[in-house]
Amino acid sequence: MKKKDIILKAENISKQYRLGLVGTGTIKDDLKRWWFKIRGKDDPFLTVGESNDRSTKAESDYVWALEDINFEVQRGEVLGIIGKNGAGKSTLLKILSKVTSPTTGEIKTKGRIASLLEVGTGFHGEMTGRENVYLNGAILGMTKKEISSKIDEIIAFSGCERYIDTPVKRYSSGMTVRLAFAVAAFLEPEILVVDEVLAVGDAEFQKKAIGKMQDISRGEGRTVLFVSHNMAAVRSLCTRGLLLENGKNVFESEDINLCISEYLKNEPHSNLTTKYLNEDKKFGITSIKLTSNTNVFDVNDEICFDLKLSQSIVDEYICAFYVRDELGEVLFFSESTDEKLVITKDDNNLKFLFNAQYLLVGFYKITFGIKSKSGNLVDVVKDEITINIVDTYRTRSKRPGKIILPTIWKKVKS
Amino acid sequence: MNTKNNSSDWLYTISPKRKLIDLNFKEIWRYRDLLLLFVKRNVITLYKQTILGPLWYFIQPLFTTLTFTLIFNNLANIPTGNGIPAFLFNLAGLSCWNYFSSCLTGTSNTFKANQGLFGKVYFPRVIVPLSVVITNLVNFGIRMLVFISFYVYFKLFTESASQALPTASVVLLPVLIFLMALFGLGFGMIISSFTTKYRDLTYLVGFGVQLLMYGSAVMYPLSYFKEKLPEYSWLVEYNPMTTFIELFRHMTLGTEQFSLASFLYAGTVSIVFFLIGLIVFNRTEKSFIDTV
Repeated sequence: MKKKDIILKAENISKQYRLGLVGTGTIKDDLKRWWFKIRGKDDPFLTVGESNDRSTKAESDYVWALEDINFEVQRGEVLGIIGKNGAGKSTLLKILSKVTSPTTGEIKTKGRIASLLEVGTGFHGEMTGRENVYLNGAILGMTKKEISSKIDEIIAFSGCERYIDTPVKRYSSGMTVRLAFAVAAFLEPEILVVDEVLAVGDAEFQKKAIGKMQDISRGEGRTVLFVSHNMAAVRSLCTRGLLLENGKNVFESEDINLCISEYLKNEPHSNLTTKYLNEDKKFGITSIKLTSNTNVFDVNDEICFDLKLSQSIVDEYICAFYVRDELGEVLFFSESTDEKLVITKDDNNLKFLFNAQYLLVGFYKITFGIKSKSGNLVDVVKDEITINIVDTYRTRSKRPGKIILPTIWKKVKS
Repeated sequence: MNTKNNSSDWLYTISPKRKLIDLNFKEIWRYRDLLLLFVKRNVITLYKQTILGPLWYFIQPLFTTLTFTLIFNNLANIPTGNGIPAFLFNLAGLSCWNYFSSCLTGTSNTFKANQGLFGKVYFPRVIVPLSVVITNLVNFGIRMLVFISFYVYFKLFTESASQALPTASVVLLPVLIFLMALFGLGFGMIISSFTTKYRDLTYLVGFGVQLLMYGSAVMYPLSYFKEKLPEYSWLVEYNPMTTFIELFRHMTLGTEQFSLASFLYAGTVSIVFFLIGLIVFNRTEKSFIDTV
């Protein structure tokens, strides 16, 4: 690693929120806070907050939406911030974009931050598309001159040329989003903060938007902080990952795939209970792993597994696995005899793979098992591995059904 | 090591600490285009999809003034003093009052009305109340045109306006307008800051502004009030708006006397309100999105 050029640095960022209704009782707390302050003491409520776990019952009226978040971002990097709902992603972005201030800690930057937490902020329905481009651009921090010099490109990118002098209230919602994103796409800040804005618009537009984001980060070398639940978008855009959980920074990695896997590991559908059917546990599966360091696969990828067994007591046995979808239905089943493979007691390492192209986009859980030649189950590892199939390049749209089979289509001359 | 050496050249820091007055004029200047675009938006969207369009800017003051003249002067016989046409007298008072009250009500819901915008993107928040004040200045300018037209009409075609003459102090008119704007802006910013947490004030402003009009010498001269209700006259006298309206009529129509003391008093009150407003507004803008 050469010289680090750190453009943004967050130190001990925390954010406290008050639970329940802000109504009666707030004057009391406000006065107490003020009374502590004029005596030069710390805010008494800063010590009482609880960690932000949405599902547990609260003991205190105050909660920490973010707790001691530290990270650094280098110039030209695309940092993906991922986490479950309520993990604190949006709060972090709000602090970064100065919409709200942190309770403690500070963020230092060396560049102007422009934030895109929503597309079309400040659009006014009564005004024409062109007028709204100017207004929205100015809200996002552009000057009139900058907008004027780019207005033709913006209109071309949005693809709303015909309607540009029509009031925005006559637009379809898709057109509004296109126009709004087009304005944002031509922002030129040193640091761009983007929340889940790609989730809108049709497939064609999403592709265009992701492409534009890639241009911004790779082509123009600007720093981007990106929040999304769309793992395909995160994987294709980000160079580094930051995983938040209950307001804490739980995982940070230079490899975005590692970060995504870590996130998916915490998904409720994967559980790690291993049950040996042979009571004495003398023989069984010792480890089962993906050979890749990620469990996110594109539809064109191969999914490869490493299976390790302990010293066998059975002379000859059969290995098998099945893949289940999110609803728990078995999609297909495969065993080593399919390949006429004879596994004897000295074979402790096995490798097998299948192609992701037959699967639709989504999450799949894989169960492994071994049985003796006579058919007695020896060991089963249930739902051990969760894989996520994504469609990075959108070569196939969402289809009905459960699997995709290569089909031959032909014209027949009559 | 490297980061330590560079630590001095951070562009800016986001932190919970706040100064008492944290106005970044450079930043506001950078966003001047936004200010103008907001003003443009406010002006052009007000009467979109109406038949009469901008004519409403003229119709509104005309009809209000007519009604006031009928009720307060013809029915209730309130004298205007110096024999000034009641219509001109009311038009002057109402123009000032409307300017102030629209500045006040317009800025007083800054945070609530722009919640969606403020929650998503950062720009200096003070831009929004400033844009309201400038928009109202445009409206006030239109009202002034109406006022001048009627002034000329009364001068040329009637005898009743012979007494109405602008005094030399009319050169101070821009200062007066500026101070009125400061007063409305300051008051509005204070209210908008408190309404983010305590909504009660919204209701207070609703009828408070209406009541305040009766205490601001809009439809009567201060001297007449003093003569009729001397024991309550302090209520009206200490209201800076009374001073502004009286002064405005003095400058343009030559009513009453020019009192430097009351001018200074009203000016000081306006500036104090404006400064308090700025401080409170600044404190609120950083955290309001959590309390609104």
